[in-house]
Amino acid sequence: MIRVVIAELRKLRRPSLLLGTIAIVGGLTALFTSIIFLMIDSENGNSERGERISAAELSNPAGLINGFQLVGVFLGIVSLCIFASQTAQEYSLGTLRNLLVRQPSRMKILAGKFIAMKLFALVMVLFAGALSIAISYALAGRAKVDTTSWGTSAAMQLLFENTLNIFISTLCYGAFGMILGLLLRSPISAIAVGVLWSLILENILGALVKSTVKWLPGFNFQNLSSGGGLNSSYKHSLAISLGYLIIGGGLAAILFKRRDVAN
Amino acid sequence: MEKAAISATDLTKIYGDRAALSHGNFEVPEGSICGFVGPNGSGKTTTIRMLLGLISPSGGTATVLGESISHPEKYLPNVGAMIEGPAFYPALSGRENLKVLAELGGFPLSRVNQLLEKVDLADRGGSKFKTYSLGMKQRLGIAAALLPNPKLLILDEPTNGLDPSGIQEVRGIIRDLADTGTTVFVSSHILSELEMICEYLVMLREGKVIFSGRTQELLSGQKPIIIAKPEYEVDLNTLAKKLIESGFTNSIVNGSLHIDAGQEASAAINRMAFEAGITLASITVVLPTLEETFFEMTGENK
Repeated sequence: MIRVVIAELRKLRRPSLLLGTIAIVGGLTALFTSIIFLMIDSENGNSERGERISAAELSNPAGLINGFQLVGVFLGIVSLCIFASQTAQEYSLGTLRNLLVRQPSRMKILAGKFIAMKLFALVMVLFAGALSIAISYALAGRAKVDTTSWGTSAAMQLLFENTLNIFISTLCYGAFGMILGLLLRSPISAIAVGVLWSLILENILGALVKSTVKWLPGFNFQNLSSGGGLNSSYKHSLAISLGYLIIGGGLAAILFKRRDVAN
Repeated sequence: MEKAAISATDLTKIYGDRAALSHGNFEVPEGSICGFVGPNGSGKTTTIRMLLGLISPSGGTATVLGESISHPEKYLPNVGAMIEGPAFYPALSGRENLKVLAELGGFPLSRVNQLLEKVDLADRGGSKFKTYSLGMKQRLGIAAALLPNPKLLILDEPTNGLDPSGIQEVRGIIRDLADTGTTVFVSSHILSELEMICEYLVMLREGKVIFSGRTQELLSGQKPIIIAKPEYEVDLNTLAKKLIESGFTNSIVNGSLHIDAGQEASAAINRMAFEAGITLASITVVLPTLEETFFEMTGENK
């Protein structure tokens, strides 16, 4: 399977994808992190849903990761798009037949692809984290935020936990994208359905029937990213997310294993 | 027949109520070049996909290099294939595309440059696949098929989009491989090409195998014709009439008479022309080409 991972990484490191992802992730990270510091005195708020995070709050150990946390959900959506397109394009380009001739074990192909994309997502998350911290330090002085507590072990622990949570969340979004890619076999359809569902349909459903937010996949992936507490506990979201991924992934894997490769 | 590299017994694939391949029986001897011909939609690509483990048969069995097609992992490391044209990642270079497949199959990366040289793509190996012409894409597909140094090479329309010199190169590659003992199973629409290189043929029509065996056996089983060309074209109709009177059916094609008769009738025809005061500029006996035989057997229109 290691051969599949290496081959997949060769595809993922192509400049158009790698630099494109870095640009998008870097842009989103810079935007969300800088808003927190640059709009610290704005009456419209400087965080999610118009919330205000004061300079005093930012001076706490958690201030180090506020920007990173905000961008977490969007990293999940980027991950969904990458996993979906990389999976579905094998069908649309017709390259799946080449892969299967060279590696007939379909489960190894699937697992190798997932591991390679996990590594790609990890790099993306670490880059976003590093950039967010650098921007936070750069803008803290201007926003009169004291950064003394950002170097403490408490801040480091929060940073580690937050990075792990965002990584787990991106994996869930990514696996969701991969499942859509396998089922729909078209990059555009898989991305469109995934983004539409996660960013629009779930929000409409959640607004119409409040109780659904505890059970919908996107809300739970998002809850994992923020460490729990948005609508339900972290453990609940983890269990629900795993449930979705095991059932959805299992079905997609069975289909992938049995379906004729006729294009 | 010699030991078979491919052997199909009642191989069947059904989609809904349509049989893409119905009870296909054929063998491809080891070390041979075997052509795979049939009109569009006759089941060639479906058969190739089953042999490569990409689709599962609805019935029957087949073996490739002595292993059942239900275990493609046992024989695919020794099989090179290009199915339905070259499919690669457009944003990767030709070289990177080959490296992806080399890494996947566990082949040495050094082989990539050797193969790019072999298919005359060494100078464009670093260019993105999407910038390649159709002929270059086809050559990259052939290079990919050669990655495993295959014992069996399966090529689906390998000369599509190639210019005459490219076609000649592919023919050379195929012959070189056959000389080293590689079995080549090749489908093509250019039947004159197949006739030149294939010792064996498998012919399909509407999902059924209508011939499987030596090319020579197929062609020698066809009726020969005599082509007679009078010195003066004005004599064509007179000679045609005389021949019909003597029981020889014929037709006028490009200033010559195509007469349905074999070698034994050539003297009589020559004499008949002489007695009618017609001088023949040439008289030759020819066997139908593979193309003519194909059209005859498949009922396809030229």
